[in-house]
Amino acid sequence: MKQNKKHTAKPIEAIVHGVFLVAGLITVGCVLLITVYLIISGLPAIKEIGLIPFLFGKVWASTAKTTEPSFGILPFILTSVYGTCGAIVLGVPVGFMASVYIAKLAPKKLKAVMQSAVSLLAGIPSVVYGLVGMLVLVPGIRKLFNVPDGASLLAAIVVLAIMILPSIIKVSVTALEAVPKEYEDASLALGATEVETHFKVSVPAARSGIAAAVVLGVGRAIGEAMAVMMVSGNAANMPGLFESVRFLTTAVASEMSYSGGLQRQALFSIALVLFVFIMLINAALNFFLKRDKEA
Amino acid sequence: MEANEKSILSVKELCLWYGNHQALKNINIDIPKNSITALIGPSGCGKSTFLKTLDRMNDLIPDVKITGSVEYKGEDIFAPGVDVSELRRQIGMVFQKPNPFPMSIYDNIAYGPRTHGIRNRAKLDDIVEKSLRGAAIWDEVKDRLRKNALGLSGGQQQRLCIARALAVEPDVLLMDEPTSALDPISTSKIEELAMQLKEQYTIVIVTHNMQQAVRISDNTAFFLLGELVEYGKTEEMFSQPTDKRTEDYITGRFG
Ligand SMILES: Nc1ncnc2c1ncn2[C@@H]1O[C@H](COP(=O)(O)OP(=O)(O)O)[C@@H](O)[C@H]1O
Ligand SMILES: [Mg+2]
Repeated sequence: MKQNKKHTAKPIEAIVHGVFLVAGLITVGCVLLITVYLIISGLPAIKEIGLIPFLFGKVWASTAKTTEPSFGILPFILTSVYGTCGAIVLGVPVGFMASVYIAKLAPKKLKAVMQSAVSLLAGIPSVVYGLVGMLVLVPGIRKLFNVPDGASLLAAIVVLAIMILPSIIKVSVTALEAVPKEYEDASLALGATEVETHFKVSVPAARSGIAAAVVLGVGRAIGEAMAVMMVSGNAANMPGLFESVRFLTTAVASEMSYSGGLQRQALFSIALVLFVFIMLINAALNFFLKRDKEA
Repeated sequence: MEANEKSILSVKELCLWYGNHQALKNINIDIPKNSITALIGPSGCGKSTFLKTLDRMNDLIPDVKITGSVEYKGEDIFAPGVDVSELRRQIGMVFQKPNPFPMSIYDNIAYGPRTHGIRNRAKLDDIVEKSLRGAAIWDEVKDRLRKNALGLSGGQQQRLCIARALAVEPDVLLMDEPTSALDPISTSKIEELAMQLKEQYTIVIVTHNMQQAVRISDNTAFFLLGELVEYGKTEEMFSQPTDKRTEDYITGRFG
C-alpha cells in the first residue's frame, strides 16, 4: 500500500518541482535578459562618443541644433554620487538611532506604532514623495536660503534621505533584534547600563547587518528617479547644493520619450552606467550579508 | 542557619510575581560570607528567578512584582536611590550557557572595568591577567588574548565568563547552572575553581546535579514550586533531610 502511494505521489512531486524550477528560471532569465540587453544597447554610443569623453565630459547637450551635440555624463554621475552621499549623511544617523530605539529601548506599544509608521513610509509611492517635496520642500528651501529656485540638489537629498529611512530602519532593527539576549544580559550583569549595553554590545554585534542596511539605502537612493526628478529642477548642470541638477536616473527618464539616434543610444549607455553602480552596490551588500552569516 | 555566621545577603519574606504567576513564595534565607551556597530543586521551581533577584536582573522583565526585602551588606537592594550598576558590579553573575561577547578575549575581560571608567592601558592589562589567572584560564589563553573569544571551547568560554565577572572585583558570584552545558572535565575544572574562589568571594550556585552540590557547597537550599522547603548545611541536608519532600527529591523520587 505504502509503496503504491509513493509511486502515485512521484509524478505530482516532479510536476511541483518543475513549476518551482520554472519560476526560478524566469527570475534568472529576466536578470540575464536585462543585463545582456543593456550591454548590447549601451555599448554603441560609448564606442562612438568614446569612453573617456562620455564618462568625464562635463557638458550634456544632446539636442543642440546650432552646435555639435555633446554627450558628457559627468554631471549626472556626480549628481547621483553627491545626492546619494548626502542622503546617507542625513538619513543614516537618524535611521540608525531610530533602529536602536525601536529594537531595544521603545516600550512595546510605541514600538508597534513606530514600526507601522516605518512600514507606511516604505509603502508611500515615490511620486507622492516628489509631490510633497515640490509643494513643501522646494519653496521652503527658496525662502530659507534665499535662492532664486528651491528645486535643487539639496531638495533631492532631503527627499532621498527620508525615502531611504525605511530600508535602513527595517534591516537594522532586524539585525539588532537578532543579537542574542545572552550578550546583553552579560553586559548588564557587569554593571553596564541599558544604553551602554546597546551601544557597546548590541550594535557592534549587529554591525554587519547595519552595514547591509546602509548599503541597501545607498541602492535605493541611487536608483530613485521619480521623486528626485520632481524636486531637483532637472537641468544638466554640474552639481552644487542649490543648483538645479539631473541624476543618472532622471537623465534617462526625462529624454527617452522624444529621443532618437545617438541621443537615444547615449541614454541606454547612461542606464548601463547606472546598472554598473547598482551591481557594485549589490556586491557590497552580499559581502556584508555573507560576513554576517560567517560571524 | 547558625546566627554567628556572618551573612552577606539576607533575604526576608521575598515574594515575586511574573504578572499573575507567583514564582517565589515567602523566601527567607541568609547567605554567609565566603561560602558556597547551592540552590537545588526541580526545573521551574524558581531557582533562576531567585538568583536574578539578588542582583536585580529581574528589573528589566516587564510585569515583575517583588515584595519583601533583600539586604546586601545590611542595605536593602530595592531601596530607592540604590545604584543598580554598582550593585551588579559587586554581585557578579555567570550564566548557564557560556556567553562571551563576540570580541577578543582581552576585550571581554576589559569590558567591565572599562564600563566602570578604567581607561589606563597598563592597568587594564593588569586586570585582564589577574582575572584570567583567577579563573584558572590564563595559561590556556595568554598567547591569544587578541583572538575572538568565540573560538574557545565551551569549558574555556565558561571560565572566561567567570574571569570577566571577576574583573570588576565583585564580592558575590551568582552562578546559574554554570556547568550544565559542559563536559565532565570542564565541569570538574569549574568546580575546583569555585572552591578556590570562595576564599575571596561568596558564591551562590544553582545546580541540577546533586553530586555537585555535595562536592562543592557548604550550604544547600532546596526549592520546590517557588517555596524554600529546606535550607541548611549541605552534609546534614543530604544525610538527614528534615522535610519529606527534600528526602524524596535528593533520593531521586521526583524531579
Ligand atoms: N520572564 C518570565 N516571565 C514569566 N514567567 C517566568 C519568567 N521567567 C521564569 N518564569 C516562570 O517562573 C517559574 C520559575 O522559573 P525559573 O526561575 O526559571 O525556574 P528554575 O530556574 O528553577 O528552573 C517558572 O514557572 C517559569 O515559567
Ligand atoms: Mg533555571
